[in-house]
Amino acid sequence: MAFPALPRPDMPAPQPIEATKVSDLGGAGRQAAPLLRGASGETGDQVFKFAMLLCGLAVLAMLALIVYELVLRSGPSWHAFGFKFFAGHDWDPVNERFGALPFVYGTLVSSFLALLIAVPLAVGVAVFTTEMCPAALRGPLSFFVELLAAIPSVVYGLWAIFVLVPILSNYVQPFLSRTLGWTGLFVGPPYGISMLAAGIILAIMIVPIISSITREVLLVVPQQQREAALALGATRWEMIRIAVLRNARAGIMGGIILGLGRALGETMAVTMVIGNRPEIAKSLFAPGYTMASVLANEFSEATGDVYLSALIEIGLALFLVTIMVNALARLLVWTVTRGQPSRANA
Amino acid sequence: MPERMSERGNPSALHTVPPIALRRRITDHVMTGVAVLTVVLVLVPLFAIFAYLVYRGVGSINWAFLTQTPKPVGEAGGGMANAIVGSAFILALASVLGVPVGVGAGIYLAEFGRNRFGDVIRFTADVLNGVPSIVIGIVAYSIVVLSQKHFSALAGGVALAIMMIPTITRTTEEMLLLVPQALREAAYGLGIPRWRTTISITLRTATSGVITGIMLAFARVAGETAPLLFTAFGNQFWNLRPNQPTAALPLQIFNYAISPYDEWHRQAWAGALVLIVLIVTAVAAVRFAVRRGTFGAA
Repeated sequence: MAFPALPRPDMPAPQPIEATKVSDLGGAGRQAAPLLRGASGETGDQVFKFAMLLCGLAVLAMLALIVYELVLRSGPSWHAFGFKFFAGHDWDPVNERFGALPFVYGTLVSSFLALLIAVPLAVGVAVFTTEMCPAALRGPLSFFVELLAAIPSVVYGLWAIFVLVPILSNYVQPFLSRTLGWTGLFVGPPYGISMLAAGIILAIMIVPIISSITREVLLVVPQQQREAALALGATRWEMIRIAVLRNARAGIMGGIILGLGRALGETMAVTMVIGNRPEIAKSLFAPGYTMASVLANEFSEATGDVYLSALIEIGLALFLVTIMVNALARLLVWTVTRGQPSRANA
Repeated sequence: MPERMSERGNPSALHTVPPIALRRRITDHVMTGVAVLTVVLVLVPLFAIFAYLVYRGVGSINWAFLTQTPKPVGEAGGGMANAIVGSAFILALASVLGVPVGVGAGIYLAEFGRNRFGDVIRFTADVLNGVPSIVIGIVAYSIVVLSQKHFSALAGGVALAIMMIPTITRTTEEMLLLVPQALREAAYGLGIPRWRTTISITLRTATSGVITGIMLAFARVAGETAPLLFTAFGNQFWNLRPNQPTAALPLQIFNYAISPYDEWHRQAWAGALVLIVLIVTAVAAVRFAVRRGTFGAA
């Protein structure tokens, strides 16, 4: 699927692989080129290459700049609180006492809740579109799932406030507290605005990411694996379980981690439904607060260097966690698809 | 194994191929059912969102909404015209900053970056893609807003440009790699210098694909709110100066959605519909291009 023959009006018909590969044999084509080029092209080439190199370096520079700014500006908070910053419960801008634990807790709980809901759904959708559904449905179905990724975060939030939250508080929460109240996870007044609402809306938002990566990974499982399993008498599901899912494990894991990365950093929709209270509560019906939403709510109003710097330190922590999560996910996906670029984030 | 037992006891063993045990067949059907169920569960919110958006949005869009600036709280009417234009302005700034760098980096990767250093850039671009948008907002704040001393459209443009570049880089690279090597060689063979070949032959051939990638990046940042919160900041009035706070459609939707006023809720829905129509149009255009086969790997 990487380099399909693409009929295009403005391009000559695709060359047979052997014909195009010639140039790659020890770079023979490239070595020959300088002989053919006149002296006139030499300077232009170097200028051009340098300019393009600058653009490439800009990509590296952006990452470096992000790290530099975050580290530099979170300094005051780091000096004031040290590691205790991430262990403290208090968030008291008036007395300039800052502890980020409630935000870290809220981010982790809402993200894991989202994964819990989204992973089975996303893998199911990917399996259905690649292995089960009629070919005619395949295109429209993946289009619809991708459409889910195109909806802006703020629109999800808007919908969550006016549709999801009322449904939760009128139907879902009373039901859950009746049936599962004994676990202690579903107790308290059913206001709708809650950690649960944040987890659900996040789940809806990360399904397309996980399912599109999973689909990509399932598609690179060699067809022979499937045929072999079927030839041995496996039913379709057994074939999927033994030949497809098992082969694609690492890549699916990568997709899940990528979804986690998105959930951790997601801001607007969560901010609109999580309740924004810096507390740690066991019940999922209680309001919470995430690292990203405290930035969204308080950053532009932060007065005082320590306050601002404490917020930037939260941003730095969020950045580092998502970088690590994403790097891990990319490596996992790369090992499966062998470096073919993925378009899941686009 | 129980399956084998039941097969042996099966009277219909006349088939040349032994029939698949009932339990395995049931499992197969159940799992197919589960897969269908997941698809339904995923599509329900999608349709619910679109249906509700159209239902609330269409009723709220009117001429005033598209042509007027916001009215103070309590007064009916008013619109988001300044936010629509403001969004376009910020996105234009972002494109001017982001597109050349993104395309340039893509050219570097495709034409000169088939090595370890190229891999580093490639990986960095992929990782940058996953940086939370709110963190990029913070960086744009500390680079642009702190040096200008106030919120500005430019800061918003910088934030969105940083988000666009990795996507554009990667898609441009992909598109350039799809151009047959023989085409480049033909150009070299005619004595055309390499830079000229890249610009006039390779990039030219891949134009529609590269533009598709740019559109994709554009659609992705068009709905972004988080990085604009403390860069462009929002504005109740018209503004087209890059160094002043500027209204943006997503920001306006956010502020109106969390407000306690029904009239503002109504306008938030109208704004959301306008925003999504713009974005879906872009995505559909991308999809159309994929169908035509210009976009390469699925």
